[in-house]
Amino acid sequence: MTQEEHYSKLKDIMKIYLPEDVSTNDITAESHFINDLNINSANLVDIILDVEDEFDIMLENDDMEKMQTVQDALQIIDAKLSEK
Amino acid sequence: MNRRVVVTGLGICAPNGIGLKDFTKAMIDGKSGIRFIPELEELKFGCQIAGEPLITDTILNTYFTPLQLRGLNATGIIYGVIAGTDAWRDAGLPKTEKDHPDWDSGILFGTGTLGVAKFREAIYQIDAKNVRRLGSTSVIQTMASGISAYLGGILGCGNQVTTNSSACTTGTEGVLMGYERIASGRAERMLVGSCSDSGPYVWAGFDAMRVLPRNYNDNPEKGSRPMSASATGFVPGSGAGALVLESLESAQKRNAKIYGEVLGGAVNSGGQRGDGSMTAANSEAVQRCIVQAVENSRIRKSDIDTINGHLTATTKDALEIENWSKALGRQGGDFPYINSFKGLFGHCLAASGSMECVASLLQFEQGKLFGNVNCEDIHPEIVNQVDSDKIPQKTIVHEPKILAKASFGFGDVNACVIFKRFNDET
Repeated sequence: MTQEEHYSKLKDIMKIYLPEDVSTNDITAESHFINDLNINSANLVDIILDVEDEFDIMLENDDMEKMQTVQDALQIIDAKLSEK
Repeated sequence: MNRRVVVTGLGICAPNGIGLKDFTKAMIDGKSGIRFIPELEELKFGCQIAGEPLITDTILNTYFTPLQLRGLNATGIIYGVIAGTDAWRDAGLPKTEKDHPDWDSGILFGTGTLGVAKFREAIYQIDAKNVRRLGSTSVIQTMASGISAYLGGILGCGNQVTTNSSACTTGTEGVLMGYERIASGRAERMLVGSCSDSGPYVWAGFDAMRVLPRNYNDNPEKGSRPMSASATGFVPGSGAGALVLESLESAQKRNAKIYGEVLGGAVNSGGQRGDGSMTAANSEAVQRCIVQAVENSRIRKSDIDTINGHLTATTKDALEIENWSKALGRQGGDFPYINSFKGLFGHCLAASGSMECVASLLQFEQGKLFGNVNCEDIHPEIVNQVDSDKIPQKTIVHEPKILAKASFGFGDVNACVIFKRFNDET
């Protein structure tokens, strides 16, 4: 899978968590999950579970704390996939 | 302050009909929602029949967003949200807009256990040391107040939002608690109701107690037999009922449709003293509850023309009839009409009281008494107290004016509410 494909899959995962007034078109690599996209902070743990399931990786506590923006998530996904 | 309180909305999610239209028709026609449940046979239950609402994906997508559906594994919440949002819409009330809740509308939605399947899912994850896999909704689906919390957020209610729990009495007690909150001036509208999860994990305990029938697995629709000589236990059910209670002023100001008036009622407990126990009602307390309901409603015992009983199809049905008869001082042909809805949708446990209150009020709207089923062979101890004419075996034309509805629950707890056909005089 390419970077583009990772990004696309991540946007698909995020879609269900976006509030009514935010669309997937509003997502950029720099988007902050909570501050920019208004995703409910309670749902971050769900996004992480969905990412783990989609990419077949395991995220540790440290990874989860570092995951604040879309870019952060993509970097962590890349790192975990290359470890496999 | 003791303001008048009326019912302006109804919602129902029942084994024999989801939504008022389908449910009303099923009750009129005597259509059963009791079915054979293969999972209960696989799990080696004695009783393999039960009542569960038939929820389709279309229905789920109507009531829940994709986000709410993610990981949703609590049937009680599904049923309760369907009934609650329907009742609100039926009352012609909007969901509040984004910035402020409706401070004058509250929710009192009860349950017995909630999110049992979700909790089981979580327990397996925890025991496998996979706590992280629980996700963010495990707590809210399994906390008892989950159902009132879900509805509170969907509708935007800003008055009291809470969940009561008193076993089989939950729904009927909820109507009275909501009524009291409005009558005393602390709210204008209360969405009241109750829900009960479906499934083996809820029903198993009753099977273990041997209070469910074991000889109707191949004949499910005949299995739930309130007041019958051949009853051998109650058939478990599930679902939710919801009512919008409203102050008369608020209802009239917005020209709301009114199903009936809540005149009042009573709740009490037998304290598991006398002939009462954890699972059997104290007769003295049952009679006191009925008598006090009549007094609190400022009616006479002779004013009641219709009763909807608790009448679960256990050996206690005849005793319940005796308690009604003694409490009201009425028997034979003088006894009111009486029915039990459990023949058609089973004993829905914590949801039973509210589902049965909804059906009771639909009788006002329809001008009908929904017929009893499965008691062509009325128990002899009942027939020698009450004329069989008063226990109709099919739906009849009848305009209830004053209806008493009671529920009696595990813990020896009782509730009785009096509904009246609405008229405008003060």
